[in-house]
Amino acid sequence: MTVDPLDVPDVTEPYQPRSGQRGSGFLDGPFRLGPTPSATVGPYLAIGLTWPDGEWAAAEGSEGGFWIRGRVFDGAGEVVPDAMIETWQADPDGGFPSPEDPRGASSYPGFRGYARAQTITGEYQVFTLKPGGVPDGEGGLQAPHIDVSLFARGILDRVVTRIYFADEAEANAEDVVLRGLTDDQRSTLIAERTDDGYRLDFYLQGDRETVFFAV
Amino acid sequence: MTGTTSASGPHLPRYYREPAELRTPVGFPNYKSTALRAPLRTPVDLAHRLTEVTGPVLGEDRVRPEDADLTLRNGGEAVGQRILVFGRVLDSDGRPVPDALVEVWQANASGRYRHAVDSFPGPLDPHFDGLGRVVTDSLGRYEFMTIKPGAYPWGNHHNAWRPAHIHFSLFGRAFTQRLVTQMYFPDDPLFGQDPIYNAIPAAARPRTISRYSLERTQDNWALAFEWDIVLRGTDQTPFETEDDGDVA
Repeated sequence: MTVDPLDVPDVTEPYQPRSGQRGSGFLDGPFRLGPTPSATVGPYLAIGLTWPDGEWAAAEGSEGGFWIRGRVFDGAGEVVPDAMIETWQADPDGGFPSPEDPRGASSYPGFRGYARAQTITGEYQVFTLKPGGVPDGEGGLQAPHIDVSLFARGILDRVVTRIYFADEAEANAEDVVLRGLTDDQRSTLIAERTDDGYRLDFYLQGDRETVFFAV
Repeated sequence: MTGTTSASGPHLPRYYREPAELRTPVGFPNYKSTALRAPLRTPVDLAHRLTEVTGPVLGEDRVRPEDADLTLRNGGEAVGQRILVFGRVLDSDGRPVPDALVEVWQANASGRYRHAVDSFPGPLDPHFDGLGRVVTDSLGRYEFMTIKPGAYPWGNHHNAWRPAHIHFSLFGRAFTQRLVTQMYFPDDPLFGQDPIYNAIPAAARPRTISRYSLERTQDNWALAFEWDIVLRGTDQTPFETEDDGDVA
């Protein structure tokens, strides 16, 4: 039995697009839903995004644990007191507590790998462990690093940067990402040693603007 | 995601990045706070390696059942129009994202946030704190009951009012999928003058607007609004590398 292509039932329902997804009905490329666009976190993020344990990427008292602290500066050199930074990193053995790691999820004791900190006091602070080397996909290891997302009122999409460590000069010199940057750019990513950990300030604009990455 | 191993290590997914004409820019001149805060230099491309394609597992232990109902706080009922907000979290390949933490926050029915910085003289509601948390189910579905947020003035320009919106924060499976955004309501008359809404390229703005759902509206109780959230999926466009010839 053949189908008559012109035998179309009467349309009785008004057309109702679904949640913003519209199209011609024909695929003109790979099937893809349009990703939801970003919006600013706004000034009231503390309502929704405050966690009592947010700053702890590693459990309190973890052996080798330390604090990373720093400030966020705007283009006028003022401290930004309503930003949030989030960190994500490998454990000291270079594994990730994530099922998306093709080597298998690691389970380093007391290690979450993720932290979230606001800058209400003028500084962020995150308690963590030094990440191990992570394969760079080119046969080498990346230097110990932490991926950072920075959110704030006045920023419409998160900005992404990395924290490296000043006392890993040898590994930093070999790092696939740092090698692609100028000396001035590299210096914006390298945390300096302090009494109880490290310090790195982020500059949103200006001469010392932090290197931000498109991911 | 299954990986194949090669000399250079396991095969990793590459996440799709929208072209600039469909992505919210980091700064937008009409949104004045961006002038001193949005970075000005072109960001440096970062290839997706292990740190970028992995992400934290955050879920059930962060969420209590009552976190999905913002209308009942401090032993009483919040004032305002009850609404059910529901939808699915998908990636751009159309796959549901299960077990994903969804955090929401919003103003109350008068347009006031329970936050020290908000000085708009809309009344606070002792039974509304504006915080909700849910985890998506195995099909990526989420829902929560809340109060329709009011519009509020914010001083960006003369008579600037934010359209009613709910803030959403989502983790997918990977660092690349992290999303903080805002959900709007259909036909809001305030869209035209709002620079935060208009910073989104016109073609992508409809993706931020929820749809009224008669089907899920609860008789004698609450209106329903449906909103699907799409995180970045895999980039399926061919990737040209120097060693393309080696790959079968």
